[in-house]
Amino acid sequence: MPLKSKHLLGLDGMSREDITLILDTAVSFREVLERPIKKVPPLQGKTVANMFFENSTRTRLSFELAERRLSADVLAFQATGSSVSKGETLKDTARNIEAMKVDMVVMRHSAAGAPHYLVRVIDANVINAGDGGHEHPTQALLDMYTIREKLGRLEGLHVCIVGDIAHSRVARSNIYGLRTMGARVSVCGPATMIPRDIERLGVDVYHHIDDVLPTVDALNVLRIQMERDAGRLFPTLREYHNFYGVTRQRLEKAGRAITILHPGPINRDVEISADVADSEHSVILQQVLNGVAVRMAVLYLLSSRN
Amino acid sequence: MQYLLKNGRLIDPLTGRDEETDIHIVDGKIGRIAKNLNVPSAQVIELKGKIVAPGFIDLHVHLREPGFEYKETILTGCTAAAAGGFTAVCCMPNTNPPIDDESVVRLIKERARIAMNGLVDVYPVAAVTKGRKGEHLAPLSELAAAGAVAFSDDGDPVHDAEIMRRALEYASMFNRPVIQHAQDIPMTKGGAMNEGFTATRLGIPGMPPVAEDAVLARDIQITKYTGARYHLAHMSTAGATAMVRAAKAEGLHVTCEVTPHHFSLTDEAVSDFDTNTKMNPPLRTREDVDALKKGLKDGTIDVIATDHAPHSFDEKQVEYQSAPFGIVGLETALGLVVTELVNSGVLTLSQMIEKMSTNPRRIVNLPEIRIAEGEQANLTIFDPAAEWIVDVQAFKSKSKNSPFGGRKLTGKPVGVINNGEAYWI
Ligand SMILES: [Zn+2]
Repeated sequence: MPLKSKHLLGLDGMSREDITLILDTAVSFREVLERPIKKVPPLQGKTVANMFFENSTRTRLSFELAERRLSADVLAFQATGSSVSKGETLKDTARNIEAMKVDMVVMRHSAAGAPHYLVRVIDANVINAGDGGHEHPTQALLDMYTIREKLGRLEGLHVCIVGDIAHSRVARSNIYGLRTMGARVSVCGPATMIPRDIERLGVDVYHHIDDVLPTVDALNVLRIQMERDAGRLFPTLREYHNFYGVTRQRLEKAGRAITILHPGPINRDVEISADVADSEHSVILQQVLNGVAVRMAVLYLLSSRN
Repeated sequence: MQYLLKNGRLIDPLTGRDEETDIHIVDGKIGRIAKNLNVPSAQVIELKGKIVAPGFIDLHVHLREPGFEYKETILTGCTAAAAGGFTAVCCMPNTNPPIDDESVVRLIKERARIAMNGLVDVYPVAAVTKGRKGEHLAPLSELAAAGAVAFSDDGDPVHDAEIMRRALEYASMFNRPVIQHAQDIPMTKGGAMNEGFTATRLGIPGMPPVAEDAVLARDIQITKYTGARYHLAHMSTAGATAMVRAAKAEGLHVTCEVTPHHFSLTDEAVSDFDTNTKMNPPLRTREDVDALKKGLKDGTIDVIATDHAPHSFDEKQVEYQSAPFGIVGLETALGLVVTELVNSGVLTLSQMIEKMSTNPRRIVNLPEIRIAEGEQANLTIFDPAAEWIVDVQAFKSKSKNSPFGGRKLTGKPVGVINNGEAYWI
């Protein structure tokens, strides 16, 4: 059973069957990653271009590793120092890359909808590696994979995402994916970081983290980006930590075992305290490993569709 | 040239006339108006079922010349206007150089007079402030003397309350309105679409409706204080509609316009990241559209104007957030008004004509158009029942940036007559 779409642009509108297929496929690749020889041949002879118009060491490395593990030829493209900084449009850049007979494009871009635009001008399979504040589907898939691995299911669980929901593509993709998979989703953050009408996506909104923790099974803690409108969305890091920081004390008060996720990189003792990040309920390092397996699954499923 | 317009339905809101009749036009003037005219020397145009109305004017057009001729020129813009059923346009000052000096007003008027032999009258709207920078008043009385019919920094708001106050005071000396593009700048920084559910879903930075409402609320107070004339461009929110209604009830000289796209589309149209759904102010919600229609119906909204904003193909071929704001509107306006407003009972044909001819002309102090024997013929002729599919490639405008391509519309221009010239579509 192939995926319905030729591209992975987002989880908004993706079916439960397709999400399950990706997660189940990732299980077999996860096993591959435990073997002494971690390379398999499915993408042999295929060329994947990683087009990162925005810095992201982690996501780029994770994709690159997934591509190499599948025996693909990998083309790295970074906007810094390339023609994009000289004013070349996304369309021209993409067409040039495609002229080199690339089969798949993995793209990270600072503008929402950039990969949706890309699929209109090139023929290759496109994987969205994060588009502005819109979606980051492979991150949400690896988050769901990790929760399912740890807690055995997604259906019926309560997952809370805490942080700057307004600017977070990780939050949106998680909301779409988790809702489709039957989880209850809530978001928590200061009012300045909760976007208008988000309730209509079927999530509950909390402004006080202690109100939501007692019913939460998994907590996805977003990285706080200080550079973003410093002082406009929240006053200080200290205040943020005091009101939203995920600390051992807070979790103990909630009185239940809560699985802790974080898309990284972590600001220790800002959005999450060091001891929580390193605790037995934290699955942050599993997320990193699972990320490679999930991306292998996506690459494999899209390429085998052709 | 003589024309005999046969069996058209003449609708003239000023005289209250609404009847099927023949009209004889000789050398740009209206000869006889009567049933069953027979003039062997005239070219007969059969207009059974078609409307003959006073010429339409678009109060809000970006002709782009001088400075951005790759988007549009005075000639292509005027041709698009004629093809859309307009005999006049007011052109906005965000050109390069901007219309902040009388020489630019004269240049545009001169070029417009040559383009299409003057079929389409072009009335420049001059800048409120020097360079449209919002800091120092432009030479408003010189600009008015050269032929500017109103003042606006459109594209940008007059953001400074003190400048707005002084501009209103100064413009009132020669009875010209100030046209405001109401937008609070800090509240909309980085925004690319309406703030609300769709923006939240798509992760596109939003422009909240309150950014329009807040500036309007302030401006209404300044208008009240100065007693001047204020016109709100491209009103897009329910909140603004309510405020204009209240200001009118209070007797203030506040008028407003709405664009066809703001009453035809909602922000849900952005869902596939089509950059032709990006304009400023942005497409709003269903509640806003309903409020605008109510405002059109009860007379709160005086004018339908297009905010015709041509951009080249390449400029719109980018990611949504990088695309320039604006869409072309001259050649779809009439069809959208008939389809969305007349056929759904929001406006009568007579009210439609008021909002596209009578009212906008009054706001910029242009002489009334009378369809009567001996008057100059300034006419828009259209077929309210013609169905057609919008083909952007067929636009006379140099630019094709419209979200309405492929859309089926009812209501199509047939031709325009003005200044002794005629254009048949
Ligand atoms: Zn404007």
